[in-house]
Amino acid sequence: MSSNENLGADGAAPYRLPTGGRIDRNTTLRFAFGGRTLTGHPGDTLASALLAHGVHRTGTSIKLGRPRGIAAAWAEDPNSLVQVEEPFPEPMLLATTIELTDGLAAHGIPGQGRLADVPDSARYDARHVHADLLVVGAGPTGLVAALTAARAGARVVLIDEQSEAGGALLGTDDSIDGGPALDWVRRVTAELAEFPEVLHLQRTTAFGHFDDGFVLAVERRTDHLGAAAPRNVSRQRVWRVRARRVLVAAGAHERPVVFSDNDRPGVMLAGGARTFLHRYGVLAGRAAVVFTTDDSAYAAAVDLSDAGVEVRAIVDARPEAPGEWLSACASRRIPVRTGQVVTGTDGVERVTAALVAPLDAAVSGEPERVDCDLLLVSGGWNPAVHLFSQAGGTLRYNAALGAFVPNGALDRTTAAGAAAGVFDLAGCLADGRRAAAAVFDDLGVTVAGEESRVTADDGPARTPSAVLWRVPDTGTTDRSTQFVDLQRDATVADIARAVDAGMRTVEHIKRYTTIGTAHDQGKTSGVIASGITAELLGRPIDDLGTTTFRPPYTPVAFAALAGRNRGSLFDPERTTAVHAWHLARGAVWEDVGQWKRPRYYPQPGEDMETAVLRECAAVRGGVGILDGSTLGKIDVQGPDAAAFLDLLYTNMMSSLKVGSIRYGVMCRTDGMVLDDGTVLRLGQDRFLVYTTTGGAAGVLEWMEDWLQTEWPHLRVHVTSVTEQWATFPVVGPRSRDVVAAVTGLDTSKEAFPFMTWQDTRISNRSGHDASTPRFARRGRPAPDQDVRVRVARVSFSGELAFEVNVDAWHAPAVWERLVAAGEPYGITPYGTETMHVLRAEKAYPIIGQDTDGTVTPQDLGMSWVVSKKKPDFLGRRSFARDHNNRPDRKHLVGLLPVDRTVVLAEGSQIVEGPTLPEPPVPMLGHVTSSYRSAELDRSFALALVKGGRTRIGQTVHVPVAGELVPVEITEPVLVDPEGARRDG
Amino acid sequence: MQLIECPYCGPREEVEFHYGGQAHVSYPEDPASLSDEKWAEYLFVRDNTRGPFAERWVHALGCRRWFNAIRDTATYRFHRVYRLDEQKPAMS
Repeated sequence: MSSNENLGADGAAPYRLPTGGRIDRNTTLRFAFGGRTLTGHPGDTLASALLAHGVHRTGTSIKLGRPRGIAAAWAEDPNSLVQVEEPFPEPMLLATTIELTDGLAAHGIPGQGRLADVPDSARYDARHVHADLLVVGAGPTGLVAALTAARAGARVVLIDEQSEAGGALLGTDDSIDGGPALDWVRRVTAELAEFPEVLHLQRTTAFGHFDDGFVLAVERRTDHLGAAAPRNVSRQRVWRVRARRVLVAAGAHERPVVFSDNDRPGVMLAGGARTFLHRYGVLAGRAAVVFTTDDSAYAAAVDLSDAGVEVRAIVDARPEAPGEWLSACASRRIPVRTGQVVTGTDGVERVTAALVAPLDAAVSGEPERVDCDLLLVSGGWNPAVHLFSQAGGTLRYNAALGAFVPNGALDRTTAAGAAAGVFDLAGCLADGRRAAAAVFDDLGVTVAGEESRVTADDGPARTPSAVLWRVPDTGTTDRSTQFVDLQRDATVADIARAVDAGMRTVEHIKRYTTIGTAHDQGKTSGVIASGITAELLGRPIDDLGTTTFRPPYTPVAFAALAGRNRGSLFDPERTTAVHAWHLARGAVWEDVGQWKRPRYYPQPGEDMETAVLRECAAVRGGVGILDGSTLGKIDVQGPDAAAFLDLLYTNMMSSLKVGSIRYGVMCRTDGMVLDDGTVLRLGQDRFLVYTTTGGAAGVLEWMEDWLQTEWPHLRVHVTSVTEQWATFPVVGPRSRDVVAAVTGLDTSKEAFPFMTWQDTRISNRSGHDASTPRFARRGRPAPDQDVRVRVARVSFSGELAFEVNVDAWHAPAVWERLVAAGEPYGITPYGTETMHVLRAEKAYPIIGQDTDGTVTPQDLGMSWVVSKKKPDFLGRRSFARDHNNRPDRKHLVGLLPVDRTVVLAEGSQIVEGPTLPEPPVPMLGHVTSSYRSAELDRSFALALVKGGRTRIGQTVHVPVAGELVPVEITEPVLVDPEGARRDG
Repeated sequence: MQLIECPYCGPREEVEFHYGGQAHVSYPEDPASLSDEKWAEYLFVRDNTRGPFAERWVHALGCRRWFNAIRDTATYRFHRVYRLDEQKPAMS
């Protein structure tokens, strides 16, 4: 039978029933699948609409290229992976879970799809919600539990992944309270909607269950609207639910039985076919064979028969049929074959026959062909324990069910209903109520009043199921067509190979065979794989257990997980007060942690190298200005502030005079450099500590750690003022003139010595150059009032320099005034790259670039910064360790390539000779900083070299583009070693 | 994501906290008097317990306060938290 058969020219759907189901037949949706234009109705899934046209085959298997078709009605389907093209390309969605929309275009894929090659313009977002009780699943169990909890006044979140509530009831014709079950569902959801503290979300999949009642769920908010989705509504939303108690009422997945050629289109789970009938009004075929080990497939057979399907046989592996169903079958002329199994199938694009044989000790003899276009299978049900298990819940094997069920409850989490192995409706209703009541006992809340009992007619009593993982081998069985994981094309032969190779645990077999690792994460294959492995090993399945259930329950798009945290919102961007000026000036940015810093300011035609050479020359020859606002600043106050800093820094800070500045180094207790910077003494009890840009947060935490844990007796408080102060180094021989012009301070050598600071106030009315700030922040007043400015004479370049500090509010105006005052001297704004070159020429280390956590102040050649007088400070004891005094420690030295034009790559290893010896090659150290110097008119580098200070003047080698080039080891300070410029 | 009970702020998500290693390892009274070996022990040697373990934590993205906790290193569960000025509780 071809899938095209019966398709009328008008696109009529011949397998659609005239009535029934939860679809809107008054509205017709057109969609494209694999190039064909078909029709469906609101309420359809892509799968139900395809089946209505008789289309079973959706694709081709990933490894073997075998035809595959729709095998279930929801997320447990291993087969119906499609690529959606319209309304927006998205790979690897299941036809069974795609709600049909007008204009949908999709096609089947062999396992993998393709990502869109255009940006996804949809919005994704996230919300947090807190609950007393989270109920996962709005089937009968979950609805009863949620209602019980809501009536007791609890804050309830009810989450369900389908388009409407009801769960399994959507696929049956069950009754509750003497009426259609879905009427009861409607009454319950209507009542839940009345409770302000109840959040009820449909189309929302709880996909991960983590610690302490934390559950992630993804809500598909607009997918069902297709191209009509409003642009201002997020397409998908991640709910971050934190619940005091979690009830997993996620239902159960029907389990197939494995037999030969069990993968043909038209082979379907019995419950799936029943759902297609009741929910979508679609017949999955005309002539069916039902193969079962369980009663539930009888309901499917009877319902399908009543709807017009010719059920040619129920093949029941059990020796006796359930007596309660026999009369129903007889009256419909459904033959019941007990003690028989389906051993195989015929057909290519679609199953055409089931091969049926008696199940004896071994299956033997020639099987009988029973022609059919639909082969329904049921091997029982697996509780959907995923969310229970993800949270750490253990499982136990229930031999009567042939399934793994939750083994008791967790602290915060219980499973109930089918998810706990309760498979009858009346039992589920009772279990939901029991579970909700137990939660309230647990939370110490008394449930007021007697809940009205819900009753259900659950049909005939159940006959025990048989447990059959796969049909036993016949003499001619080909295990390589007995599919266990259809998505992975993994078969019984693969499991047998794994067992033969010595695998003894299901985790090993999973990884060897890949069973359970595909898109569906083994929803239909996992437990079967355990069962078949147990058989092959001759061990009980209880011993083997299942593989680990891990999030996500079903696949979640990365876009949804990312939410709004994309692009510029991925990580906070920190900008300085003069960011707009840099932007207007065409700065090229460097990301320094979260900060945006100008790296250099190219002029037309300049690349980085020429721009930086120009900026360097301008600073050393005239004057430059840098935005150093990102430097960390910590206000340290209290009577014991000086004593505290003496313990923290390697050098003495208590002897610093008010008005003076000292450079300091902090070490960890192991003596390795942690951070460095300048310290301003603002008063007897107050210091302003400057840290590196990247070290600011860590240093603050470091200070708090010692103050709180070891030195609580010190009366000191610390707080970050990084954002409050903007810092503008004005650097170069003409900096004195610029700073004097703007601040009115006497910046002469005598009046303003190196390593001192002064406060002053400046005003627009003071007669200084007062250009209007063009880049003042919106809404900010022009600086027509007094502005407090602190000027610190420090230098990170070796040049005469003044750092102008001003509050962030007035910073743009002050920056502009400095730039304007510098115009006569050709003031040049410079960025981090030039800053790095200038400081490297002076061998001022960058913590984290020239150091790496294994470098002491002595290694940096900075023994002078380590106090000999202080009795103790952090790191002091370590400096006396033998290890810290080895002659072969790496020292910071300069490197001058013999070829002045060669710039070494930072990170390069340093070796001895011009040719490499046999490995292992002794490594002498590595290049930490490397630049081209305008001042020296040549390249240079800093490096950490073993015993470097004893090797000054020697030649070593560094690989450059595959060649070993000679470099000379030098003193690290290459420009103005006497410090005449800085001190001038 | 676990909830950690800050003794000052109450339960907060674990991303707000930083770990500080083993608790009750005091800075030596007089480091200068220690042998290299003893000093190295203070610097580098810590218990590697399987089970309940006394640890330092800081509510870094909250109140910035340090506190101690008994946490099971096998299950990750916090058994209890206590302030720095409180006695170390029984390990269970």
